[in-house]
Parts: sequence; C-alpha cells; structure tokens
Amino acid sequence: MQFEVVIGLEVHAQLNTKTKIFCSCPTSFGHEPNTNVCSVCLGLPGALPVLNKETVKKSIAFGTAINAKVNKKSIFNRKNYFYPDLPKGYQISQFEIPIVEGGEIYIDFEDGSKKRIGVTRAHLEEDAGKNIHHGSVSYVDLNRAGTPLLEIVSEPDMRSSEEAVLYLKKLHAILRYLDISDANMQEGSFRCDANVSIRPKGETKLYTRAEIKNLNSFKFIQKAIDYEVERQSNAWEDGVYERDVVQETRLYDTEKNETRSMRGKEDSAEYRYFPDPDLLPVVIPDDMMSECTKIPELPDQKRDRFVSEHGIKEYDANVITSSVEMARFYEAMISAGAGAKMSVTWLTVELQGRLVNGTNIVTSPVDAIKLASLVKRIEDGTISGKAGKDVLDYLMQNSIDVDEAIEKLGLKQVSDDGAICAIIDEVIGAHGNKVVEYNAGKVQLFGFFVGQVMKQSKGSANPNKVNDLLKQKLDS
Amino acid sequence: MITLKEALKLPKEEISNLRADLKRVIQEKKNIGAYVEQLTCKPISEYGEGIPVAIKDNIQVTGWEVTSGSNILQGYIAPYNATVIDNILKNGLAPFGRTNMDEFAMGSSTESSFYGKTLNPHNLKCVPGGSSGGSAAAVAGGMAIAALGSDTGGSIRQPAAFCGCVGMKPTYGKVSRYGLGAYSSSLDQIGPITQNVEDAAILYDIIAGHECRDSTSANIVHVKVGESLNPDRKMTIAVIENYLEDASLEVKAKMIDAIKVLEKEGHKIIYRNFINSKYDIATYYVIATAEASANLSRYDGVRYGNRAPSDNLKEMFRKSRSDGFGEEVKRRILLGTFVLSSGYYDAYYIKAQKARHFIKAQYEEIFKEAELIFMPVTPTTAFEFGSKSDPLEMYLSDIYTISLNLAGLPGISVPIGKDSKGLPIGGQLISKAYAEQDLFDGAMSLERALR
Repeated sequence: MQFEVVIGLEVHAQLNTKTKIFCSCPTSFGHEPNTNVCSVCLGLPGALPVLNKETVKKSIAFGTAINAKVNKKSIFNRKNYFYPDLPKGYQISQFEIPIVEGGEIYIDFEDGSKKRIGVTRAHLEEDAGKNIHHGSVSYVDLNRAGTPLLEIVSEPDMRSSEEAVLYLKKLHAILRYLDISDANMQEGSFRCDANVSIRPKGETKLYTRAEIKNLNSFKFIQKAIDYEVERQSNAWEDGVYERDVVQETRLYDTEKNETRSMRGKEDSAEYRYFPDPDLLPVVIPDDMMSECTKIPELPDQKRDRFVSEHGIKEYDANVITSSVEMARFYEAMISAGAGAKMSVTWLTVELQGRLVNGTNIVTSPVDAIKLASLVKRIEDGTISGKAGKDVLDYLMQNSIDVDEAIEKLGLKQVSDDGAICAIIDEVIGAHGNKVVEYNAGKVQLFGFFVGQVMKQSKGSANPNKVNDLLKQKLDS
Repeated sequence: MITLKEALKLPKEEISNLRADLKRVIQEKKNIGAYVEQLTCKPISEYGEGIPVAIKDNIQVTGWEVTSGSNILQGYIAPYNATVIDNILKNGLAPFGRTNMDEFAMGSSTESSFYGKTLNPHNLKCVPGGSSGGSAAAVAGGMAIAALGSDTGGSIRQPAAFCGCVGMKPTYGKVSRYGLGAYSSSLDQIGPITQNVEDAAILYDIIAGHECRDSTSANIVHVKVGESLNPDRKMTIAVIENYLEDASLEVKAKMIDAIKVLEKEGHKIIYRNFINSKYDIATYYVIATAEASANLSRYDGVRYGNRAPSDNLKEMFRKSRSDGFGEEVKRRILLGTFVLSSGYYDAYYIKAQKARHFIKAQYEEIFKEAELIFMPVTPTTAFEFGSKSDPLEMYLSDIYTISLNLAGLPGISVPIGKDSKGLPIGGQLISKAYAEQDLFDGAMSLERALR
C-alpha cells in the first residue's frame, strides 16, 4: 500500500524579552537554581500577574511576518494541571482567542519549487520551571517559570520529514530575522513537537496522530518522524494499526532512534481552560499595532532582492539568507566593497568550510570586513584565488590584517609587465623547439608555456597577465 | 473604644499606650477567638508602630504567618506586604493581629477555620458571621479600633451585620487585591470593618487607589470621600420590595422602620423588584467555585505550606491537599472542577457568565432612577453554632449580598437595630460603581437618623 504522510508541528519559541511574561524577573539563562524568582513566578498567595507588553509587540511582529491576522483583542486562559514545575497549578496560556491566527510560511526546495505551509495560530503563554532528578530525590528550579513563550501551531500540511525540517528552518530564520527569539534548540528556546499520521494515498481524511516530543535538533526531528512513519506503516501492513496506533504522546529516544509511548490514551488531558480573571483581555492599541507591524526584511524578501540586485543565483541566495547571521555577514561584505559572486563563494564555501570545532559565522576569527578585504585583493589581482585560500587558512589561525598576511606569506602576485616579460623571454629562449612547434600550429602548447612561466615565478605571477603577455610574444 | 478618626489625632506616645491597652483587652477576651492569636495562645502579630488595625488572615504582611485560616498554610511566612498594608503603613496605621476567618474565605459563619470558632460578642452561642467573622467580632467586641476584611459574596457585610458594626465592600477594582490570598479573583475585594460609617470612609480612603501590580485595579485617581461626607444630601433610594418578603419578620420590621427614617430624612423612596435571588446563588456558586478551583491549585505542598509524607508525586499532591484542606474548601474545589469540565463548561460556566451580565443589567436599570438601593444584609440575625448543618442552607445566608459582587458594585452594611434576642440587624446600601461618595453620604444619613 502507498501511504501519504501527514505532519503538523507545534513549536514553542521563547521570546527574547529581558523580563518574564507576568513579572519583572530576568529571563537570563544559566543562573543558580531559584535565583530569578519572585512572589509572582513562585505562585505565592496573593501574587498577581501583570502582562509584559514586549511579548505582545513581538507577537505582532511575528503575525505580520507570516501574513497572519493579529487579533486586536485576545484572551488569557488558565490551563489547569498539577506538576511540581508549575507553581500555580495552572499555566496562563491563550485558548479560544490567540493573539495570532491564520498565517503562512513558504518552504523552498532545492529544485527551486516552493510550498505553502499554513500556520493555524500562535499564542502567548508562560513557560514552566524544570524538574531535576538526582537518584530518589527530585528538585525544582523555577528560574525558567514565567519565561514568555510563543506557541506556533502549523496546519497538518507537511508530507515528509524533509518538508517538516524545511518548515522548521524557515520558521527559525523568521524568528531570528525579527529578533524576537534566540531560537536556540540546545538551550531549549526553540522546542518542537511533531504530530505524525499516515493515510492511504488518495484519501483526504486524517487518521490517528501520534505526538512526538523531545525533539531537540533538526537531525533528530527528521529521524524521529521517519521512525514514526515506518512504525505506523508497518502496523498498517501487519494489520495491527487499530491496536498500535493510538492518539498519544510519544517520546523520541535519540540513542535508540525510536519513539516510545509516554502515557496511555486513557490519560487524555482535561485542562479545564477558562479565562484568567486576574488578567484583562489583551487589547492592542492602534499605535502599538502600527509600530509593531513595521518589521525588518525577512529571508524570502532578502533572497529575492539579492537575486535581482546582486545577480546571484536563487540557490545561492537561499543559502545566504537561510540564517540572519549569514545574511548579515554577506551584506557587510558587499557594503565593504566585495563583489557579490565572489562573496558568495568565499563565504559559503571557503569560510564555512573552515568553521569547525564549534566556531560559527558569529564567532568566526575572520569577520565580514576581513573576508571582504581578502576578496578585494583577489579581485584587484594582488593575489591569485589559489593564494587566497592560503591567506584565509593563515587568517583563521592568526589575528592579523589581510595585507600583512599576504606580505608575510609572500603571496603577492607579480603583475609588473617588465618582470613577467623577463621570465617569458627566459622560457621562450630555453624551449626554442617548442616555439617552432607552436608556430607550426600546435597551439595546445600554449598551456605548457603558461605552466613554465608560473613555475619560474614560483606561482607569484598574475596568471591573467601571463596569458596576455605570452600571447603577445608568441603571436608576434 | 476610641474611634479611628480620634486615634488618628493621637500623639505618638498615646498610640503605644493604646497598643498596650489593646493587647490587654485581647488577652482578657480570649474566649471570643476573634484573633488567630487568641485561639493559638500566641502573642499578637505586629508590624510597625502605628495605630493598630486588625488584619484578616488572608492579607499578606511581611514576616507574619498568613494562612487564610487553613491547615495547608501552617507555617507559611509571607515575604511581602499586600498593597493595602503598604497603604495603611503610609498613613500612620499598622497591621495588628490576624483575625480569624472561614478557611480561604469560604463560609458564612467562620466555623470552617482551621483554628476553631470565633464567638459573636453579642451572644456567645451565636456565630459572628463570615468569612471575615474574626474582623467583625474584634471590632464589635472592643478588641480593635478597625479591621480589614475581604468580601467575595458578602464576607465583610454579613459578619458586620451579625456583629452590629459597619462593613463596606468597595467597587471591584477600587482596592488592590495584590497580596490578598485569592478565593474568587473576579469577585474578591478588601474593605473596612469599623465602629461607624465615618471610620469606614476614612479607612476606605486609605486603602483605595490604583495599583500597577494588579491588572484588575481601576486606573483612575482616587478622590477621597471621607473629607466631603455629607449626610444632608437628599437622594432617591430604591427599596427591593420582594427581598423584604424573603427576610425574617424581625429583619423585615426593622427594615421598614429604617425606610421610614430615611423618608423622614428627606430621601425619596421608590420600590422595585429583583429576580428571585436563587439565580444569584446559582450564578455565584458556579463562578466563585470555578475560579477557586484554580486559585487553590497552588497549595500543592511543593514550595510552601504543609506537605504530606508520601512515596510518589501523585500521592504527595493527593495527600497534601486531602489533609490540608477542610471539608467546605474541598466541596467548593470539587464543584468548581466539575463546572469547568469539558461537557459541562457551557452548561454551567458560560451560562453563569450570561446570568452575571443579566444581574448587572438589572442593577443598572434601577440606577437609572435612583442613586442608592436599600435592602437587608441577611435574611436572619446571627444563628447558633452548628445550626446549619446543610451547606445549601448556609449558602442561603448570602442571598442579599452576593449579587453585588457579581455586579462589581460597592455596598455598605449599617446597623439598623436589634432583634428580640438582642442580636444586631444590618441594612445594606448599594451605589453605582465608583460612586462611593453617594454610598457613604447615604450611610451616614441613615446612621445619624437612627442614633
């Protein structure tokens, strides 16, 4: 049987506000347990929540970016459940009326085609704390409790794990471009749950979905979905679909590469949502709305602009704009006067290839200005492309100016006509018989002469000059 | 007992004498059990050195054990002051003693307190009312100059009526709830319980005002009412005729006397009717318990308060809460949990919200013709301990008080006489939202005329 895969994703993105969503505690990461807490986020008797306006502003920007409806009036609800990391015994979240509804995100395939993925809603809520288990004792750290989250729920529009990852990467890029979330998967500021189901190809109804949690890298998301699809397909083929595929939460085990049932179907949650009487409905004033709908250029717009203004290939533009850091790096290179095509190659191939052992585009020892200087030296013929690679190697290890590095490595090209002509004369003199053959019509010998000249100059001669001058000499 | 108005004129040394005298009286009248300290044989809780004000055990005072009358909060020390506490401290007053209350303010007799009974100073066999029974008994028993209480469905006005003092519930949002242990967030308000109307106005002026830490606090400048009290104003007062019929004969008789007095004072009396108060009761017990079921979830034994020894997480939650909460609190949590459950939410919670709007509209209709509404506070005078074993019967003692909370309106309970057994009877005045000046002017006129 041919199956179609149906995937919907829920992403919890921590908003990068300075303070928590309902109190003034800092949201900073990695402090001593229970130090960034107060009466409100500890859920002490009598403490009341007050909404942090910044979270609303960031939500408006997000809604604008995904072409969604931003609700002028939205409501906070209480979602009731007991857990030690949930201080009040309820989470303040949005339910019937979220702040953002009905958006879209476009994903781009390598072949240049695109697909629209619907975004059902995005709502504001508070994060819980963390439970830490040491043997038989469990501890609760509430530093994270009350950190603002934007929960972004997609339509079940993805048909493969590849599409799911493309969607997540685009969503990640949008959050970073807007600078509304650090979206760091390792630190947990970008968390994803995947709803996965299958159906016989051609059918339109939705079958039972499993919700997979604990997905903390793009690679694992893809693997977990692939595993789950296979599990469900096998169950179907084996005639045990009804028994084995139930609506449930499954946890992905990264070591064993499998998903496991977390809790049974009978535990279907009863959250008893109702409007939080401690908070008024969120009504966005007109001036805030118009201020926050002015958003920076997004990846798709940037890509289109790079293609039309810089004349680079769409594929390259997609690579460059896939992260805001890369796009900023590229733009800084262009501003510093480097050419577009060369910048693309030197950024995406040469520099990227040298970023190893945890260094990345932001922590790179060679910044955009330096890489642009290097590119300009290649473009103005000071060094050859090949020598440029050596210079870049050297720059990765040594904190030194580009021109100094060229000087130090002795890679400056000889572009002086007189010096090159002298070498050419020497080479022609030494290979008189080859010159005769060349003049007799064996034009492929031209490469041999170029090689000899380059060899004599120990590679420092400007190859373009060598070509031009050699041609003049031989053909005269 | 010296009034609050008089106390505010005292020099500093005399205030410390006053505090010492009060401590002696509190010790002497220990049997009343108005203060938690009287019931637990501990020295009276103090903070600062100002004019002493008794504080209900659900209002946070830094360094005090604040327990909402519950076992589950035994040993919990509040680390911060409620807004009202900061406000009284700024005005030369100081929190002085924790008054007894129904557990988590759920009750009408103060019998559900973990600490035991508070007696009605007018008749020791009778309840003081509730849930702010300790605050009312302390004022009525000469053990406090004034007190703060909280009112969710009548918890200030009803005990004030039972104990023969003045109790006032402000407009929802006029007094910050920041630091008030929540029962039902959309209904709770802190208010004064005092010896007379003027003191109530003075204390109300001190605690009222906008608080940015409370999102439901009204963002308007507070205009003091105490400085411009005018008992000579003539107003139109609507009497709710069908409510008179539901009251006991003695309550009804005193109400009719009071109406005559008001008329003689030059007020215009008109008669109107309300829908049967059984709808108020139903609406209130759906909304209040729904909110309470979530508000009380934080008492889980994880971070503070009582934690029952247990082997696993589920058992810890279950046992801590089963052991920590009393019967009435558990009943209301169960009821609230039920009305919010899927499949029942629309039939109960949503319907109750609609009824709430209807009740509010009913008040607005009457306020088109009248500045004030006059009705009894309670259908009967204080009842004897243990006489209301059926919780539903107990809920009926709130029939005249809860609609006000549902509508968010201000109201005041003023003594209008006593029954044949010498138990006080209260009359209730209600004004439009934020029209506390009308409320106090009318209450002062009534009080003066009856004196």
